[in-house]
Amino acid sequence: MAQASAHGQGQQHPIRLYLVVWIWLFALSACSYFVDYFQFEGLLRYSLILLFMMLKAGLIMAVFMHMAWERLSLVYAILVPISAVLVFVAIMVLESDYTLLSRLSFFGPGT
Amino acid sequence: MAEQAATDTSHAYPEASGLRSIAADFSSDRQAFRNVSWGKAMMWIFLLSDTFVFSCFLISYMTARMSTTVPWPNASEVFALTIGGVTLPLILIAIMTFVLISSSGTMAMAVNYAYRRDRRKTAILMLVTALLGAAFVGMQAFEWSKLIHEGVRPWSNAWGAAQFGSSFFMITGFHGTHVSFGVLFLLIVTRKVWRGDYDQERRGFFTSRRGNYESVEIMGLYWHFVDLVWVFIFAFFYLW
Repeated sequence: MAQASAHGQGQQHPIRLYLVVWIWLFALSACSYFVDYFQFEGLLRYSLILLFMMLKAGLIMAVFMHMAWERLSLVYAILVPISAVLVFVAIMVLESDYTLLSRLSFFGPGT
Repeated sequence: MAEQAATDTSHAYPEASGLRSIAADFSSDRQAFRNVSWGKAMMWIFLLSDTFVFSCFLISYMTARMSTTVPWPNASEVFALTIGGVTLPLILIAIMTFVLISSSGTMAMAVNYAYRRDRRKTAILMLVTALLGAAFVGMQAFEWSKLIHEGVRPWSNAWGAAQFGSSFFMITGFHGTHVSFGVLFLLIVTRKVWRGDYDQERRGFFTSRRGNYESVEIMGLYWHFVDLVWVFIFAFFYLW
């Protein structure tokens, strides 16, 4: 039913929903700015950055881009291929560690 | 015949949900994305391909940063601004983030009013979105010229690893280009909304298809994507 109406006359949601999400995005952006402002370091910094990033990306995709109300086959067609990016990241992390090791052992000071 | 097959599948999977609905859609031997117009599906697929482009940029930045033996410049200091005697780290980037998020908010509301066929409010909100987008590009131009004055080049900079400059210009330049084209695209759709093309179903100059308020939502998808990419750039390039 919801999907039939989504096709017929487009997405209909109260404006309030968008305003609430907007406020959340503002708050989350402020939080990620304060991570830098207060100079958090190490694991705390990285996990907070990733947490706020994922929450913001999720809100934008789910509500602003209406993915939460899209047909599941479209959602999967978009989200599943993105997992290939994560595999690529893993490969390049290994590769850059190896490059760094080679640079340190062959071009580092004192060699 | 086609009619027959269509009714058969709908009988075979009357209320399929979850993974079963996906299997049913993809094996239906017809349009896979049921109830999704081709324009919206194609915009999503374009955005997916664009995701890979930006992913490649961010991954190459990660590789450069992880493998260099030279210290990486501290973005917090590089992008600090002194306003009224107070030095604030990353302040311009924070303002740019808020501007882009606000433009996303106005765009989402424009899409909503478009489906209510409120021509005036849709056009005004889209115009605000375009102005915020233009403001974002303006601030980015300011940031670029500031860094260029400070001697940042794609091949060198004063604070550390040379790849900082190349990553910065490549990633923010590509993103800024997306924003600029988005502003152009927004202005074109705003004009159509204002003129009532979507109410009169006037045919488009390029596709010759009947105008439909769904164009506003498709435009919105692109605009939110630009905002989405900025979320990742902000986290990985400026904050990390």
